[in-house]
Amino acid sequence: MKVRAQIGMVLNLDKCIGCHTCSVTCKNVWTSRDGVEYAWFNNVETKPGIGYPKDWENQKRWNGGWVRTKSGKLQPKQGAKWRILANIFGNPDLPEIDDFYEPFDFDYDHLKSAPEMEAFPTARPRSRISGQRMEKIEWGPNWEEILGGEFEKRSKDYNFEGIQKDIYGEYENTFMMYLPRLCEHCLNPTCVASCPSGAIYKREEDGIVLIDQEKCRGWRMCVSGCPYKKIYYNWESGKSEKCTFCYPRIESGLPTVCSETCVGRIRYLGVMLYDADKIQEAASAAGEQDLYDAQLGLFLDPNDPEVQAAACKEGVPHDWIEAAKKSPVWKMAMDWKIAFPLHPEYRTLPMVWYIPPLSPIQNAAEAGKIGVDREMPDVKSLRIPVRYLANMLTAGDEAPVIKALERMLAMRGYMRAKTVDGVIDLGIAKRVGLDPLDIEEMYKIMAIADYEDRFVVPTAHREAVEDAYDLRSGCGFTDGNGCSSGSSGGKLFGSRKAVTPTEAF
Amino acid sequence: MHEFLFGTYPYIALTVLAIGSIARYERDPFTWKSSSSQLLRRKQLILGSILFHVGVLIIFAGHFFGLLTPIAVFDALGVGHSEKQLMAAVGGGIAGVMALIGGLMLAHRRLSDPRVRARTTFADTAIILILILQLILGLATVPISFEHLDGVEMAKLMAWANGIFIFDGNAASYIEEVNIIFKAHIVLGLTIFLLFPFTRLVHMLSAPVRYLWRPGYQIVRTRKQNPVKG
Repeated sequence: MKVRAQIGMVLNLDKCIGCHTCSVTCKNVWTSRDGVEYAWFNNVETKPGIGYPKDWENQKRWNGGWVRTKSGKLQPKQGAKWRILANIFGNPDLPEIDDFYEPFDFDYDHLKSAPEMEAFPTARPRSRISGQRMEKIEWGPNWEEILGGEFEKRSKDYNFEGIQKDIYGEYENTFMMYLPRLCEHCLNPTCVASCPSGAIYKREEDGIVLIDQEKCRGWRMCVSGCPYKKIYYNWESGKSEKCTFCYPRIESGLPTVCSETCVGRIRYLGVMLYDADKIQEAASAAGEQDLYDAQLGLFLDPNDPEVQAAACKEGVPHDWIEAAKKSPVWKMAMDWKIAFPLHPEYRTLPMVWYIPPLSPIQNAAEAGKIGVDREMPDVKSLRIPVRYLANMLTAGDEAPVIKALERMLAMRGYMRAKTVDGVIDLGIAKRVGLDPLDIEEMYKIMAIADYEDRFVVPTAHREAVEDAYDLRSGCGFTDGNGCSSGSSGGKLFGSRKAVTPTEAF
Repeated sequence: MHEFLFGTYPYIALTVLAIGSIARYERDPFTWKSSSSQLLRRKQLILGSILFHVGVLIIFAGHFFGLLTPIAVFDALGVGHSEKQLMAAVGGGIAGVMALIGGLMLAHRRLSDPRVRARTTFADTAIILILILQLILGLATVPISFEHLDGVEMAKLMAWANGIFIFDGNAASYIEEVNIIFKAHIVLGLTIFLLFPFTRLVHMLSAPVRYLWRPGYQIVRTRKQNPVKG
């Protein structure tokens, strides 16, 4: 048993209102620079839809993630090492920027500088890459917002696999949900595996996956390796960039920017202890539907004295073990089993988990449109097909998703009985295999969602890893090249002036 | 002039190549990259880039072994000068045509596509045009080689290249008589060495072959000063 700790995240999709505050605050902090204006380390997709970049979930097209070979070994779907190297001159699986969208700005200046003319001046779009006029914007960030566009196009959504999707194109059967996405900080990341330079790494102490900007040579294999398409090639600097999980904040015990600013309080951060020795075995599980359970099997119970002892031996700090006991991620993923990994079939063992959305069922049930199973609406006749959620969260296995939805419904039923009718309904709790204390805690964490219940982030132990004496008058967080901003003054080596996130503040 | 271009200039070029590359790697690692523009425009890149790179790699290997192997080694192996010259002309010719077609495709794409063009530096344009010119000069030597298949001229060039690397003071004199095309090809080649550290060419020093024998797929970094071995 090799115990390691990771800060995991859970997003409660049941409460996401699709306001994009997470995306915008993230962009302001991390990607408001040339070369990455098309990149959204965090974005919110309206589902069903093909998403950002287009059709990203379809690995038959993009070849992201891993495949299990006939011999039971894992290799990146884009190819084994020699294959990746052979594609280095031209990567056949790399999306073009139009698959994300061509970044544009508007001629705002024209509004005030236009000469007198018959028609009002307008601000027309201009490409941020070539500077040329764009006559018509064909695609942009969040193009499918609130089911924008025709169902015909949106229905290419990969999660419709095995669903009679035609009926969901009809107005009365239509459904919608939001899916905020960021880097999954996987336990078995394909981006790390695909990087020929070895520039991408997972941090042992908190599991954050980062790109070493000085080692990155821009071979762009990580972009095609990542099945979530959450690595972005910066066309200005020629290096790949990704979500950093706001590691400078996490190290200080603060939540990531997207979590901190979430107005719906849907995001949770907490420590998960896992057994690093079993990662390979779990990711190689034979069936795609076994992967969810296999990943659950990696997580170690922080209340188990044996785990605690092993964690101590591996150097996991005491307060991290204590934090793991209070981790909302552990409670949701392991105790209540209401949170799920996104597309476990990619075999990356992602660490950003999702609670499936519930609201559409209950609204329909209240309107008397679907069957009611005793006090609870029948989950199987929901507005969002269970199969759709299962395709997204459990590789199509409906049973765990149904159980999670039932537990969330039970929580509502129980709390309604308690607060409205003043009755403790033990039956409803028992029916979903929870006891009233569990339900009360679920309610506190999921519905009330206090700051300190959502974010249980222990600070990094820098004293254990750095000699402060060496850090005197250092320059803190920079974008490569020591204290400079990544470009030499005289531009001897042809670099453009790079603006680091810290300089942009 | 001849003495300077073929006796002194090689050392200037090689010194700038070595020291410049080390300085850039050390001082400005953030700029050390392949500068791929595939994300901006896929069109013409895949085919052009593969033709260009594979062609150039073959040519590079051919020049490296063909010029720097001591002549005595070939003699010992029983490879005659004339056969070696034929091999070099045919192999180099095919690879040169590949690289030239690829290079022209890449240059056309770089200069005609508005996106790629807007993101192109002066050094990017200059180096691709210089490489194309060098490929043309290199291909122009092929017909000259076929004019006299005795391998004498090639042996002179080998003696010169060997001479440079063993600090032979008379190296330049060995190629006094060779065709002007060869001389132009050599001078331009040395100029490419000179420009190397200031262009995107540095990415070839980072060719990630170590990836093939890097153990496993995953990389975990620890910041602990005394990490637990396991």
